[in-house]
Amino acid sequence: MRRPIQHRTMTLKTILAIVLWLGYMFPFALVLTNSLKRKVSIVKFPLQLFDEKGLQWVNYKNAIEKMSFFRSFGNSFFVTACSVAILLLFSSMAAWFLVRHATWKSSKITFALMMASMAVPFQVVMIPLISIYGGVFHMLNSRITLILMNFGFGVALCIFMCHGFIKANVPLSLEEAATIDGCSPHATFFFVVFPLMKPILSTITILEALGFWNDYLLPYLVLGKKEIATLPLAIRTFYGTFSNDYGNIMAGLVLSMLPIIVLYIFLQKYIVGGVIAGAVKS
Amino acid sequence: MSQNMHASRKFWLYMSFVGPAAVFFFLVFVIPLVYGIYLTLTDWDGIAAQMHFVGSANYLSVLTDGSFWNSMGRTIVYSCISVIAINLIAFGLAYLLTSGIKGQNFLRAGFFTPNLIGGLILGYIWQFMFSRVFVSIFSHIPATIFQRSWLSSPHTAMAAMIIVTTWQYSGYMLLIYIAGFVGIPKDLLEAARIDGASEQVVTRKIRLPLMVPSIVISLFLSITRTFKVYDVNLSLTAGGPYDSTKLAAMHIYSKAFEEQKYGEGQAEALVMFAIMAAIALTQTYLGKKREQEA
Repeated sequence: MRRPIQHRTMTLKTILAIVLWLGYMFPFALVLTNSLKRKVSIVKFPLQLFDEKGLQWVNYKNAIEKMSFFRSFGNSFFVTACSVAILLLFSSMAAWFLVRHATWKSSKITFALMMASMAVPFQVVMIPLISIYGGVFHMLNSRITLILMNFGFGVALCIFMCHGFIKANVPLSLEEAATIDGCSPHATFFFVVFPLMKPILSTITILEALGFWNDYLLPYLVLGKKEIATLPLAIRTFYGTFSNDYGNIMAGLVLSMLPIIVLYIFLQKYIVGGVIAGAVKS
Repeated sequence: MSQNMHASRKFWLYMSFVGPAAVFFFLVFVIPLVYGIYLTLTDWDGIAAQMHFVGSANYLSVLTDGSFWNSMGRTIVYSCISVIAINLIAFGLAYLLTSGIKGQNFLRAGFFTPNLIGGLILGYIWQFMFSRVFVSIFSHIPATIFQRSWLSSPHTAMAAMIIVTTWQYSGYMLLIYIAGFVGIPKDLLEAARIDGASEQVVTRKIRLPLMVPSIVISLFLSITRTFKVYDVNLSLTAGGPYDSTKLAAMHIYSKAFEEQKYGEGQAEALVMFAIMAAIALTQTYLGKKREQEA
């Protein structure tokens, strides 16, 4: 008696979920289909799948040229990779030290300050940050400055995550054995602790890399010159200059999303886990 | 002597491990935070060589700056509606996806996708949707709401902001709610059903109370995220038409970097933070109380 009803509600639920899903994907799909059409057909029939004149790959060629795609991609990649690398190294070191010397006053103050900082939105330090490093020290317009700022802003969350991981997963007895065998604190960290931290470090890599890759405001404030612009900055300039060239714009948007979407297809589970792990930071 | 040696060794050990992280944290966060408070007491314009001490003048002008309070009010309205929409949709979707339908992992991955892409690009995508696609739909389905681009008049532009934000964040909160639903002990639901409780009663009396922690987290996250939104605002509406969608973060940006009023802009940033913190903490406090009662 109950079976058919249950079966029917299940089908209804599935259909509802799929319809909603299609709605969520609709904007992406439209950008993708329109990226291969001429401007006329985009403006007249944005819902049409294909252009009657065939696929307009020329849009991609134009977008790559006009937004200096490879250069901006390179800049984004350089900034993201360097920022993540120094973050991983220095926050894991700091976190381990803060866990193992938690009773030191210096450790307590550092950790408390960092945890409190996670509640403060970027807007609160944005203006003084630019006043100091732009107005006083003239350090803007450099990718290195951006990388170091990314590092400084990322450190609190990464230390928090490593801190929790080390407390729960790195056995003290292992470290003590290494010390008895004559390892210095640095050797103990690099040969014993660091390798054990792989899971949390890969989570951090995903979370921070996505954040740095997509960031707009800080790179915009720091990187003024066109030659060092990252992808979000390039797409903004491109959009501002060619806002009526719909075909090229759509191709540019697809190009900017492509690297992330490709990674997402292969690393879906890790990416979702990594992004959710960052929920502690407001 | 040995006491001293010990202290200096301690210092170097601390510096060699925590040093780099602490120094850069200090340089980009602590110093700007402190300097920012000083900045609110000056009249600096970002260029002039000297700045004058002006006392509380900046705070007074914040109080009387109508455009700031307008943008703050807009932000609160935008935030409220978005937060409700995000959480209702995310909760409903999570319920749907955990009820045992096929392909839920695939669907979940799709709903989550907007969270991987920068707000700037999301805004541009939707600008195309509102200004081209929906207008074109009007030529097939003559519904007056699609006649003109939603981005061209104040109320609909705000609605567009809310729609995009909801689309963007509901996939994120969805995962938090899914984790909540999955965490509800099966035997509890089983026991209630054996006792003859209907599905509605099970949802209201068991699922909902056990979901309160997830609701508290999601509300907190969506409040703090919508409150300081900037990227989507910039690329979708750029604050227009006629500043009708200019939210607090954008107002602060233009106050400092376009009007060159650094001190006043910084004072506004602090006020915005205070309001955001007050709302988020009240919500969390009320939620926690609810949790204990349940």
